[in-house]
This record gives sequence, structure tokens and C-alpha cells, in this order.
Amino acid sequence: MSEIKFEKALKRLEEIVEKLERGDLDLDKSLEIFEEGIKMSRICSQKLKEAEKKIEILTKDESGRLKAEPFEPSPETEEPSEK
Amino acid sequence: MNQEREIYTVSEFTRAIKFVLEEDFPDVWVEGEISNFRVPNSGHAYFTLKDKNSQLKVVLFKLNKRLLKFEPEDGLHLIVRGRISVYEPRGEYQLIADYMEPKGIGALQLAFEQLKEKLFKEGLFDEAHKIPIPQFPQKIAIVTSPTGAAIRDMLRIIDRRFSNVHIIIYSVKVQGEGASVEIARAIKELNELSHGKLVKHGEPAEPIDVMIVGRGGGSIEDLWAFNEEVVARAIYDSKIPVISAVGHEIDYTIADFVADLRAPTPSAAAELVVRDRKEVVQNIIGLEKRLINSIQNMVDILRSGLTGLQERRVLKSPLDKIYELQQKIDDIGLRVRRSPLLIYKKFTEKTFHLSRSLFILNPMIKIERSKEILSELSKGLATTIDHRMEIFDKRLKGVLGKLDALSPLAVMERGYSICRRLPDLKIIKDESEVEKGGHVNVRLHRGELICQIEEQKP
Repeated sequence: MSEIKFEKALKRLEEIVEKLERGDLDLDKSLEIFEEGIKMSRICSQKLKEAEKKIEILTKDESGRLKAEPFEPSPETEEPSEK
Repeated sequence: MNQEREIYTVSEFTRAIKFVLEEDFPDVWVEGEISNFRVPNSGHAYFTLKDKNSQLKVVLFKLNKRLLKFEPEDGLHLIVRGRISVYEPRGEYQLIADYMEPKGIGALQLAFEQLKEKLFKEGLFDEAHKIPIPQFPQKIAIVTSPTGAAIRDMLRIIDRRFSNVHIIIYSVKVQGEGASVEIARAIKELNELSHGKLVKHGEPAEPIDVMIVGRGGGSIEDLWAFNEEVVARAIYDSKIPVISAVGHEIDYTIADFVADLRAPTPSAAAELVVRDRKEVVQNIIGLEKRLINSIQNMVDILRSGLTGLQERRVLKSPLDKIYELQQKIDDIGLRVRRSPLLIYKKFTEKTFHLSRSLFILNPMIKIERSKEILSELSKGLATTIDHRMEIFDKRLKGVLGKLDALSPLAVMERGYSICRRLPDLKIIKDESEVEKGGHVNVRLHRGELICQIEEQKP
């Protein structure tokens, strides 16, 4: 279930809410998608929590293979309002 | 007489002319319009430069041609620099051009227009080819210079809005010789990395959700790499959606036209790609509220419908008057969706016949008999309604059970559970509600338990 992408889950959740609010579904179907909606909402919250912050820079080693290293932006040497 | 004449052979004369012309015009600027432009297999370009009255043959050797930013074509008004040379086998003179520029418009500007036109015709700017930018990318690649202001601005914004993303910076030269090739290679390699063709040192390949390609502001020459065909094609071929972010808002590059999305500046690209975390969380909370409200509404409506039905249960009492029954049926027929219309119809027909025979035929016997039939019918009717209500009730209980089980999700996730008595699934709030040896259903965050009561403590 965590294989679902955040965006997909959110989109599905939006669809479900709209469907339910329209109120033209029968009881069983409503319940079914309600449960699905709750599930989607949980996935979204979960995904928001689990994403990790990472900044890497790709460089190449001698054999030309890419490797990732942590990246620290260079300190600002000039005034930040260059743009 | 003969000795006074100086007679040249054709070759000698041609050589003499060549000497004079080449000596006198080693470096000239000539202005005119291109016609008959052609490039044979040798790669050298041949054309005629003309004005109203005259024509001049021009050759532009491959090496010099390669340095041109624009493509010469017929009709173009040019200023050409070069030297005059005589081609002896034909006795023709021609201008050997080493530099040329379009008249009235900058060479870069022209090159830009020409490439734009060419790529447009090829379909590289087609909207249909553009890939939608994901709303919540988790892995973002940035192709730019790691030391520029652009990367600092982008990282600052991403950090402020939503720091939980994975950013991969692919360091490239963004201006000068070779920059365009580096940028194009970076786009290609990131695609390979994302699709598992290229293995990153020591780590498995992982999909990249979106890519920002760009740099901060500068002159048209500084931004030129983003106007090169090789970059345009790399962007077009990218399976990862590409956001172009070159220079300032007013700067448009070829990369901007091909990209799946153009950001006016690198900072804007960061804002486009990373939503504000607070907004996202608010949105989800709002949706969940609406979700629960709507199902709650539905249940409320059903519940009041059921109460309505229950109030009509007087039907169970024996019926003695046709009118009364008819009225009740009328009433129910109106109230219950998918009401027992059929029964109602059948019944009214029957009563009609019955009452007719009642008056026309032998009244006393018929009355007794019709009473019997009526009682049968009403019993049937009551049973039908009872049966319906039972189903209804069951479903409602099911709904409520599920709803109860689902809505306090947040609480249950923290480890609370709901204990319900079996078999009626009444929620237990007091130990006295169960008996020793009885069973309860314990609903957990995940799954349920069926438990037997061993001991009760007040």
C-alpha cells in the first residue's frame, strides 16, 4: 500500500470526497470508497512524514562512474540580492 | 614587331591577374544578398553574393563555416569578410570568406530565430510531447553550476517550503566552450540513472521525479548554451520532466520552448516544484474532514429514515377497516424509497373487487371472507415491511459499526482499541456489561481480536 505515490493517493482522495459529497452512490459503494478514502488519507500523511531531506552532488570517479556525495552550498560571498 | 608584343599564355596571364587581385584585396568587407547557397559533400559552402547589378562568387570553407552561429540561407542579407582569390583552372575570381554576419540583426539573434524555427517545425515544442510536472516530487535533480547564485537560491527556497526532499545536483559548466555539451550529457545521464541503466556508485538506481535545468542571469552570450541544439534535443529526449530555469524573467531560450515547463527564474523553478508543506498538510486534513462529514451525513439520513419506518409499525395490529389500511399503505408508499408499490397496487385492486362484491353479492358471507383475505394480506404486508426493516437495520448497523471503527482512526493508531460485546457488538464501557465466559470483539488499529472474559474487576 505504501507503493502508491503520494500524488496518486491525494488525487484518489479528492475524487472520493467529491463522489461522496455528490451523494448519488448507494450505501455499500459509499462505504467502500469511504474506507478507501481513509486509507488514501493515511498514505498521504505517511508519505509526508517519511520523505527525508538529502542534498547530494553527483561527481565522477576515475572510471567515469557517477557517485553521490553530500552537498554543502558554498557560503554566500557576495550580497544575496544579486537578483 | 613580334618582339614588341608581350604575349602571355593563358596560365601566365591568369597567374598575373591572380597576383594583382590577391595582392590588392587581402582583406575586404562586402555586403550583399545570398543566392544559390549550396553545401556539397566536402562540407564547404558555395554561394553567390549579389546586389541589383552584380554578382560575386563566395566560398566559405568548412572550418570557418562551423564557427558561424547561424545558418546562411538564400535571401539573407550579409556582410562578408574575406580575401579575393583567383581560381586558375577556370579563370574565375571569388571571395574566400572567413567571417560573415547578418546585416541589421545580431548573429546570435538570427541563430536563435533560425533554430527556433527549425525545432518548431520538427515538433520539439509540441505541447502533446510535454510531460506533466509531478505535484509532489520526492527526488529532484538540478543541472546547474554548484557555485552559482542560482543553486543557492533554489536550495534556500526548497528548504523553506518543504525540506523533506531528496535533491541531486549534477554539476555542469553553464557558460563558455563545451557548456552545452556538458548540460546535454547531464540530462542524458540523469535519465539513465533514473531508469537504472547507470548505476550510481554503491547505490541502487532510483527514479528521479523531476529535473531543473538552468542558471542565473547573464548576457545573451552567457546564456547561450541554453540556446544550443544539443541541449534542446537532450531536453526533448528526457523521460524525466524538465523544468527550464534560465536567467531572468525576460530571458527566453530555446531550452524554455522545449522544456516541459518554463520557470521564469531558478527561484521560481524551486517554488514551482516544491509546494508549501503547510498548504499540503492543510489540504489533506480538509479532505479527510469532508470525507468523514459526508459519510456521517449519509448515515444520519438513513437513520432518520429508519426511525420514520419504525413509527409506522402500527401495521402489525389487526386491521378492521379498509380505509385505515389504505391510508397507512399510502403513507408508507410515500415514505419508503423503493416502497412496496406493487403490494400497494395489488392490494387496492383487491380491495376494490372485494368491496364491490361485498355490496353486490351476499354481503354477510363475503364480509367474513374478505376480512380473512384482508387479514392475510395485511399480515403479508407487515411481514414484507418487517423484513425490509430488518435488512435495513442490519445494513445500518453494519454502516455504523464500520464508521465507528474507522472514524476514530487517529486515536486507534495511538494504541487505543474498541471493545464490543458479542454477539450484539455493543460497545462496552462498563465491566458489568459483560459476563464471565462471554466473548468480546476487540477492534485494534489493525485487525480484530475475539476474546473471552476470564475475570471482571469493578
